[in-house]
Amino acid sequence: MTRPKHVEVRDLRLAYGTKEVIHGITFDIHRHEILGVIGPAQSGKTSLLRCLNRTIDFTPEAHVSGIVKVDGEEVRRTRDVYGLRRKIGMVAPLPVGLPISIYDNVAFAPRCAGMSRKADLDAIVEQCLRQAALWEEVKDRLSSLGTKLSGGQQQRLTIARALSHQPEILCLDEFSIAIDPVTTMRIEDVLKELRSHMTVILVTNLTQQARRLADRTMFLWNGDIIELDSNAVIFSDTPKDRRTHDYVNGIFG
Amino acid sequence: MKPDTPALFTETALVRRKYRQETVAKWVFFVMAAAMIIPLLLIVGYLMVKAAPSLTLGFLLDVPVRGMTEGGIWPAFVGTIYLVFISLAISAPIGILAAVYLNEYARDNWFNRVINLAVINLAGVPSIVHALFGLGAFVYAARFGYSILSASLTLAIMTLPVIVASTREALASVPRSFREACWNVGATRWQTIRAVVLPNSISGILTGVILQVSRAAGETAPIMFTGAVFYKAIEKGDLFAYGLHEQCMALSMHLYTISTQVPGVKESIPYATAVVLLGSVLLVNAAAIALRVYMRSRTKW
Ligand SMILES: Nc1ncnc2c1ncn2[C@@H]1O[C@H](COP(=O)(O)OP(=O)(O)OP(=O)(O)O)[C@@H](O)[C@H]1O
Ligand SMILES: [Mg+2]
Repeated sequence: MTRPKHVEVRDLRLAYGTKEVIHGITFDIHRHEILGVIGPAQSGKTSLLRCLNRTIDFTPEAHVSGIVKVDGEEVRRTRDVYGLRRKIGMVAPLPVGLPISIYDNVAFAPRCAGMSRKADLDAIVEQCLRQAALWEEVKDRLSSLGTKLSGGQQQRLTIARALSHQPEILCLDEFSIAIDPVTTMRIEDVLKELRSHMTVILVTNLTQQARRLADRTMFLWNGDIIELDSNAVIFSDTPKDRRTHDYVNGIFG
Repeated sequence: MKPDTPALFTETALVRRKYRQETVAKWVFFVMAAAMIIPLLLIVGYLMVKAAPSLTLGFLLDVPVRGMTEGGIWPAFVGTIYLVFISLAISAPIGILAAVYLNEYARDNWFNRVINLAVINLAGVPSIVHALFGLGAFVYAARFGYSILSASLTLAIMTLPVIVASTREALASVPRSFREACWNVGATRWQTIRAVVLPNSISGILTGVILQVSRAAGETAPIMFTGAVFYKAIEKGDLFAYGLHEQCMALSMHLYTISTQVPGVKESIPYATAVVLLGSVLLVNAAAIALRVYMRSRTKW
């Protein structure tokens, strides 16, 4: 069975200055799957995500080569980079509440895209905050500052913001490091629901999280894909590569 | 725990020395910081005592009489207001916009490096050189003549690099993570600047501009070469005394004139003039500080 490809990556290379950190990787992401990405620190997970939505452009010393296609469109040739970024929701590892009201935090992206009707914005704000498991906590103080929330709340606000422009692809970069386990579980449940209409890329340091949520998992190590396969293989006792087994079982040295 | 391990917080010789050093260091730093107040108090006190006989509201509103040996300083006061306002009205928008470009848009290429270098070096040009440039460029080449316009343009060029620098600093104080969060949801740079960067740096930007008021008001050379005159007859208390293409009097220049060029000036008048100049500048600076305190009371992160 060949499932439709949502993201195609061909021989992607990325260097910061002269230091190459992604060494020509090739893989596909299927539509409406959850792809887990695991790998030790510095392996290039965050950098990979930044190549997808082209925020890598904001790092002047970064050189990208190879092909990244989203929906069949080559991202480095796209005419509408802002549209591309709206297609991809990005949740950075560190919580960032913007210094504007909670409401504006979530309404910011739709407004940037040209939406202005209050009723539409209200609906989006409520929906996204609910999906990020934050609505109940902030519904009475939507006008207070996003920066005045606690770290975990800000992280969920970041998730709400990433959902606010109704992306087709949601990239989560270690989203749970600032969130307590209970809330993490609630968000994981939301992710499972989102899978019906969204492709999710889940970068995580918790291999168990990838195991719980992902359909397939990619093991990235020092800028190379060691193994990319269904969870049944990656988390079995006999993945194709010995290093995958060792990493997943925490005996990586 | 071994029985001979010292209890955690006993005072050893090392601890005592550490505390002593800490105390000494703190006091040395404090005394130096406190010493900053002394020159200001001395200057203000000295000026006030010397100026006392002339310090009245009439002195501010009157025009000079008897060959500038008596009377007030109104023409010079108004002239300074003109010069400061017009020069900052020119340099603030240009400087702020340029700084936004340099800080938010400019990539690190040779051209932008040249701009940066230009800004830095422009800030280091002595004011007398600005004066000469203003004379050549505005008075003669642009044919603005000796006028408020020429003088203001010269002052504008002089204050421009500092405004660029202070604005960039204010912009840079907004964390990059805010910008990245905006870019991630598909905002353009301008949308990011408008929603997040400017609202959170505006107080710093304005403070930087306001602090240039004192420079524009205090400089003598640039305006002396380009548009300030010894004496100009205007009505007492008239706020709209000058036209753009006329020359004007100015406080700094007036102070120089009555202190060194005119014989027989009543002794307290130069000091009173200095008090007015200093007082206006301090007032404006106080406004800048008040603005900053107010804005800081509403910081957002
Ligand atoms: N802006 C940058 N400039 C230069 N080098 C960078 C930059 N960002 C990342 N790197 C380097 O690229 C490599 C990969 O970094 P990246 O952040 O993608 O790793 P990661 O897999 O996300 O790690 P972690 O699990 O710690 O988040 C690292 O060696 C890092 O030092
Ligand atoms: Mg990372």
